[in-house]
Amino acid sequence: MRAAQDADPLVTAERAERRAVPPALDTMLMIGGLVALWQVGTILLGHEALPSPVATVSKLAGIMADEDFPRHAWETARASLTALVISLVAGLAIGLALGAHRLAGEVAEPMLTALYSIPKITLYPIILLLFGLGISAKIAFGVIHGIIPVILFTMNAVRNICAVYLRSARAMRLTAAQTAGTIIVPAAVPEIVSGFRVGFALTLLGTLIGEMFASQRGIGYMLVKAMETGDTGTVMALALLLVVLATAASAALLALDRRLRRHALAS
Amino acid sequence: MSAEHLCLTGVTRIYPATEGHAAVHALGPIDLSLKPGEFFSVVGPSGCGKSTLLDVIAGLARQSAGTILFEGKPVTGEVPDGIGVVFQEDASFPWLTVFDNAAFALRRAGVPDAEVRERVRHTLAFTGLSSFAQAYPAQLSGGMRQRLCIARTLVTRPRLLLLDEPFGALDQQTRLLMGDELLKLWRETGATVLLITHSLDEAALLSDRIGVMSARPGVFIDLVETGWARERDSRLAAEAGFGVVTGRLWAALRDQSIKALAMAS
Amino acid sequence: MTRAGWIRLALIVGALALLEAACRHGLVSRHAVIPPSRMIEGAWNAIAADETRADIWLTLQNVVLSLILSMIVGTAAGLMLHKATRFRRALDPLLASYYAVPTFVFYPLFIVLFGLNRWPLVAIGFLFAVVAVIINTLDGLARIPRAFVRTAAVMRLTRSQYALHIVLPAAAPWFFTGAKFAVAYSFIGVIAGEFVVSGAGIGHAIAFAYNSFDNRMMYGLIVLLFVLVGSVNTLLSLWERKLYARRAGR
Repeated sequence: MRAAQDADPLVTAERAERRAVPPALDTMLMIGGLVALWQVGTILLGHEALPSPVATVSKLAGIMADEDFPRHAWETARASLTALVISLVAGLAIGLALGAHRLAGEVAEPMLTALYSIPKITLYPIILLLFGLGISAKIAFGVIHGIIPVILFTMNAVRNICAVYLRSARAMRLTAAQTAGTIIVPAAVPEIVSGFRVGFALTLLGTLIGEMFASQRGIGYMLVKAMETGDTGTVMALALLLVVLATAASAALLALDRRLRRHALAS
Repeated sequence: MSAEHLCLTGVTRIYPATEGHAAVHALGPIDLSLKPGEFFSVVGPSGCGKSTLLDVIAGLARQSAGTILFEGKPVTGEVPDGIGVVFQEDASFPWLTVFDNAAFALRRAGVPDAEVRERVRHTLAFTGLSSFAQAYPAQLSGGMRQRLCIARTLVTRPRLLLLDEPFGALDQQTRLLMGDELLKLWRETGATVLLITHSLDEAALLSDRIGVMSARPGVFIDLVETGWARERDSRLAAEAGFGVVTGRLWAALRDQSIKALAMAS
Repeated sequence: MTRAGWIRLALIVGALALLEAACRHGLVSRHAVIPPSRMIEGAWNAIAADETRADIWLTLQNVVLSLILSMIVGTAAGLMLHKATRFRRALDPLLASYYAVPTFVFYPLFIVLFGLNRWPLVAIGFLFAVVAVIINTLDGLARIPRAFVRTAAVMRLTRSQYALHIVLPAAAPWFFTGAKFAVAYSFIGVIAGEFVVSGAGIGHAIAFAYNSFDNRMMYGLIVLLFVLVGSVNTLLSLWERKLYARRAGR
């Protein structure tokens, strides 16, 4: 009986459609499960190797209460936000241009995907030699990580725009600028937001990596110092902070992404 | 075996309620019986449950109530032997050649290789695909791909052929020609055919009998006998009787279509 | 080669020539960038020296281990998650945010778990690659057209026939994409780990050359690494295109 129900594709399709909204409660349960798993790990490995969730949270509270912390946090926030803005604005502009110009896009795409897949961390000596120690090196690191997905997603979004939209634009005798602003960008928005989401994650990652090598300040610097001294408590506390921040921001962008896509489907 | 090839009594389909949604009564009750070798079409407004009816008959979905007898044996949520289905969507496998696509079901059923080759060759010739045997579906036009799906079904020698808007994605001229081919196949294989379509012309041209369905929940509100000879093709469209049939179909369907349109918005 | 291909080649050669000229005429500081010809010389020296060859070999071994593990575990996890619909949907937002988390901060934890050997590095590469494999496996399974599933039901295929003759070929392009990501991410993960904390491997050798002001060796290793990753990627892309050309009707 159960098997026959499962085999019924109509019922499953219908149900899947009705439950399009992800069940937040289940995700909460899942996070609870992960925390429980973490606690089990602590029991198995010992508090020295893997501090417990409770110990980590109180350690994090301690770190955040420290008078030095706001300075570090502000440094990381400033660097990653600047890198993010540069990645998004420049990535969008380059992506639009490459998407609109067919040959340029064809020339650039394999080079961009190749750049995307190389371990960019190895470029840090070059970045340091070019920018010196300090915030600009960190920003540069964030940008080289984040800009490529933004370019690639935007380029593909522009390429995949329905030809009939562009023909409508010509029929309405829009200028190139009007076409870009009123047709291409709005039509490509869901794809562009997906690019922003990936770009955001990688920009943050890149900035942190930059801080680990190219800086005396910031959360990345705190991390690498704790790693060098074997201070697992601090490493776990900072890791938790980053995981929570990154997941929250990414989840917010994901929600926006889904809404835009549904909107695009509905219209 | 009884005189009916396929017999439905009180067949109903209700989608069960899920959290936040009431149950949906999609279909029925439907009573219908098809004689062996009959060509029967179902027309109805969109969303009336035509495709649900086909799924239930094919055993792809389970009826909530009622009985379906195919060759005297009940059908309940599992596909019985002797039924072939062609879907509206392109279901040709892009990773196989035309020949391998057509041979797919026979090979899975363990038919000996020599027989597979013989039957596939025959079916491809029959459906005009012989010269494309080594091509891949992506190299064919939409009409050719749909023809391949029909060939893939025919090669299994189904006694009941269920067609779910198989020509829905094709242009009008191609549709008419594919309809002629379908009639030829129907005559030569002797299979019983049940065709779901939204085209009144198509139903009127091809069928012995046409069932007109109401808006949801779909029930038959009219059964139209065309009275065409078994030897026929799309040139029927020029005859006076053709307009009478489509006129009667539309008369039965118009109010239902208006209702369906209002339901959708 | 296509027109775009020629333009691309000309661009790369032109950029290299420009850089070479700029370096030789002292327009760029020799302490920052060295001429491409010197970089290639450095790459050759790196291959010739036993020490760096051992580093390269070690990195490659770790990448291959990470790749194999992530492919096996990722595919298996993807298959299981596809069945567990509710579980998967709960996991979705976490999977989508996964790559925002700097995985290598867990390196100290892995040292405790596995000891001071190659496995902490393999673990970082694995963690980086496995989620890409899972996501692509799920994607491939979710995109099997409904008409194929129904066709399989009409043909009364058994479970194993369905898996072998429908699921596998239909989802194969996505499995391949997953594999491509797994290669790139295994490299990124392993090398990042080597950079941050390890005492051996290409990543460490680059950091070491930088710290000892050996620009020729540093650039040589970077060039070597890029050529390595680039050619693996290109080979995979070419193979992929050949495999699926017929499908796309090209």
